[in-house]
Formats: sequence, structure tokens, C-alpha cells
Amino acid sequence: MAAAIFGKVNAGAFTASFLASAVEAIEMVAIVIGVGVARGWRSSLLGAASGLVVLLVLSLSFGTALSAVPIQDLRLVVGTLLLIFGLQWLTKGIRRVAAQGLAGYHEEDVDPSGSPHTGVDWTSFVISFKGVLLEGLEIAFIVISFGATSHSLTTAAAGGVSALVLIALGGVASHRTLTRIPRSVLIFAVGVMLSSFGSFWGVEGIGLDWPGGEIALAALVGVYGAFGLAAIALQRRAAPTLART
Amino acid sequence: MRRRAKAFVLFWWDFVIGDDWTMAATVPVSLAAAYALHRLGVQAWWLVPLAALGVMSLRLGRR
Repeated sequence: MAAAIFGKVNAGAFTASFLASAVEAIEMVAIVIGVGVARGWRSSLLGAASGLVVLLVLSLSFGTALSAVPIQDLRLVVGTLLLIFGLQWLTKGIRRVAAQGLAGYHEEDVDPSGSPHTGVDWTSFVISFKGVLLEGLEIAFIVISFGATSHSLTTAAAGGVSALVLIALGGVASHRTLTRIPRSVLIFAVGVMLSSFGSFWGVEGIGLDWPGGEIALAALVGVYGAFGLAAIALQRRAAPTLART
Repeated sequence: MRRRAKAFVLFWWDFVIGDDWTMAATVPVSLAAAYALHRLGVQAWWLVPLAALGVMSLRLGRR
């Protein structure tokens, strides 16, 4: 029975599609959860859901022709916007952590500029929407590439969807832990993350290759994180009384 | 109609640029410079993060 079922499944196409899609799915879920925890879930999930709907409509409408979408241009637009947002968040995150330390467990749901949210928070919406759409399109391209080369599109699609569902479930399971992290620290962390993704996609969008490929993304997180921690230490040294409040 | 167009432009300006246009301008300018260097045959992937760290240092130092 099992042989009858799995005999028709191209294990190589499934595994390759699953692993490659998992990398993109981690990036997608990290953006949605990061924005949700730092700025509120409603708008972040609304943006993610809208991104998934657009992705689904595109996939159903274009099928394998989806690979004709100019992903390079999309990376440039999304990367530019994420980097602009990321730098603003990171700067504000550095100032807030320097001033408040690990405070912020019970802060109101405010954005880094201090304005309370009413209705849809468009920044959260757009960041989640673009993150889901871009990463979702990349998963679709991976599925199409592996599926076309191995003549097993359905198997490759099953691998891609499985990776997305598993990573999303992992994200849902871990979000409670993330909500216990102080908000000032979260704004700092999301700033680091958005700056890293923005730099990575923006540079890829103009046609340049990062040394080490996707590993460069981890290096960018390290560089922006180290810069942020050094800046917090400098700010606290410059204004010690403010830092202790 | 004119008021709506103005509100539309102001919304997008505030949404994308925020309260510091220098930080927002650094991103497309550094990407354009990296692309220009790339066309000249220079590996310029480092330029964008470097410009980002530079503008943040200036912003944080301004207080």
C-alpha cells in the first residue's frame, strides 16, 4: 500500500522543494511574527492574509507562467521599503532600549513614534503583506523550478506547501514566548531584522550577488545587531541618568 | 479633489519617509551608487549596509 502511494512520489523533488521552501517560509513567518509582536497582531495578520490571497489568486491565474513575474524588480521595491522602515525602527529601538532598558512589558500598543494605533496600522499591514507576497512568490518559483525539472510538479508543490505549513505552525507555537519579551527590545529586534532583509533584497534587486548567498542574511543580522548593541552602550554612557529611568 | 490628492500624497510621504527624509533618501541613493559601481566592475554589495550604518550613526549622534 505504502509502496503504491510513495512509488509515485518523487522523493528527491519533494525533499529539495521542502528544504528550499522552508528557508523562504522561515523568512516569511519571521517577518509576520516580528511585526505582530512588536506592533500588534491584527494589522500584521491582516497584511499576511491579504498577501496570501493575492499569492493564491496569482498562482491559480497564472499557474507555471508565474515564473515570468519580474522577481528582481519586486525584490528591489520590497527591499527598499523594508530597509527604510527597518532603519527607522532600529534607530528608535536603540533609543528606547538605551532609555528604558528592559522596560515595556506592559506598554500600550504604540508605534515607535509614540502614536497609539487606531484602526488598521498600515505600516504593519504593508510589511507583512509584502513579506508574505515576496517570500510566497519565491516558494512558488522553487516549486515550479523543482517540479518542472523533475517532471513532478504535484510532488514539488506538496513539498513547498508542507514546509510553509510546518514553519507557520512552529511560528504559532512560539509566538506566546515572543510576547513575553519587552516591547522596546522587540522594536530593536524587528528593526535589526527588517534592516537585514531590506539590505539583502535591495542589493539582490539591483542584480548584485551576496558573498555566501543566503548566509549573508545571517551576517547582516549580526552586523546590524552588533551596531545596535554598541550604539545602546554609547547612548547609555552619554546619558546615564536617562538610561536608568 | 485637490484636497484629496494632497491628503493622498501626504499620507504616502508620512508612511514611507516618516520624520527623517535623510534616512529614507539614503536607501535609494546607496542602492543607485552600488548599482553604478557594479556597472563599473566593482563588487559593491557592502555599500548599502555601510551607508545604512553611517546614516544611523549620524541620526543617533544628532540627539
